[in-house]
Amino acid sequence: MLTKRIIPCLDIKNGRTVKGVNFVALRDAGNPVELAKLYAENGADELVFLDISATEERRKTLADLVLRVAKNVNIPFTVGGGISSIEDVDTLLKCGADKVSVNSSVVKNPQLINSLSAKFGSQCIVVAIDAKQVNGKWKVHLVGGKVPTDIDLFEWAKEVELRGAGEILFTSMDNDGTKDGFANEALAKLSTELNIPIIASGGAGNTQHFTDAFLKGKADAALAASVFHFKEIEINDLKEELKKNGIPVRL
Amino acid sequence: MNITIIDYGAGNIQSIKFAFERIGITAVLSDEAETILRADRVIFPGVGEASSAMQKLKSTKLDSIIPTLKQPVLGICLGMQLMCKSSEEGNTKGLGIFDVDVVKFSNQVKVPQIGWNQITDLKSRLFQDIAENEYMYLVHSFYAPLCNETAALSNYGLDYSSALQKDNFYGVQFHPEKSSKAGQRILENFLKLDVKS
Repeated sequence: MLTKRIIPCLDIKNGRTVKGVNFVALRDAGNPVELAKLYAENGADELVFLDISATEERRKTLADLVLRVAKNVNIPFTVGGGISSIEDVDTLLKCGADKVSVNSSVVKNPQLINSLSAKFGSQCIVVAIDAKQVNGKWKVHLVGGKVPTDIDLFEWAKEVELRGAGEILFTSMDNDGTKDGFANEALAKLSTELNIPIIASGGAGNTQHFTDAFLKGKADAALAASVFHFKEIEINDLKEELKKNGIPVRL
Repeated sequence: MNITIIDYGAGNIQSIKFAFERIGITAVLSDEAETILRADRVIFPGVGEASSAMQKLKSTKLDSIIPTLKQPVLGICLGMQLMCKSSEEGNTKGLGIFDVDVVKFSNQVKVPQIGWNQITDLKSRLFQDIAENEYMYLVHSFYAPLCNETAALSNYGLDYSSALQKDNFYGVQFHPEKSSKAGQRILENFLKLDVKS
């Protein structure tokens, strides 16, 4: 049986993990490779690396990092952040990334989704969508949720599926950082209306929230950062809890 | 031992090379018939679309070399699918090593299947010391139905072949190079197979 996936997300700046990371076991908690290996050993099903650096050398730094992760980690990983061309994707996949995640660049140029999925296959193209509710309607936001657009979340999600996205990473900006749970209603609507996997993101605070994202939100995978980085939730404990609730997980 | 990964420009082969490095083996990438024929083990990878991958194989004439190989050959993901008779993806004629036609999952399930699924009914030495129902990482929209050459099955809406074997030819739909310790074990088992003359 296909299992629900638990995905820690690592924010990367200039090749290092940002956000405080609370791992005494690590010699260097800022080293993404060490952190990734630890997560892989502790039951993570996949990893996401989100590059937030804004320097001239960012492409090269990110490619170097992807190469080091691919050498050392034996589970799949996705790379995102500022990816805007076929060349970017080609470089990252050649360095060993399993999937790339695209966001603002495809809102500006939706045709890029078609080009990427035709060249590399849908299976490695994740479209990340950041959205929040404006007057009761879910609207897509850009630049990490800072810039609103008039695009409807559900219409955009259907469009990216048609254009060849293999997966959608949906972050609710209303929930992100609240530790109050995922946006389960919107998730369930996405998961029911679309026929590609949906990754839930934004709002994880405790294990019940993950159970809800899978049972109420019908998500295929759930992504979180700080609850894992600060060891508020251990992935294996989380999976035991999910299993008790009848959710299929890899243990 | 000389491990050669067939490099025909199809997708991410670094991961496979790195997976062998993690078990202390340096694998060679090659698209040259001589190198591939000489290898002790051949890996036939593949990610992407079937018809364009098949075209690339034909352009280097590897499509006629691969079925004649005598050493153990391991097809991974699209590599396994191309070793079948045909694929519904791009109406592609395959290498015909495995006597089965690859078809698309119905939209009763989400397509592609992405994630960790279990492999059961394990019937190959590839799976020595691998537990029934072990989890493997899969990403695919097309599958090989059950057939006489099924060496492991998985369920996604229906039972299908997640591994195939015929003589020295092995195929796995999942990615052993991305399937944690159990996946690594399968690669080690592949290296340990006896070579039949």
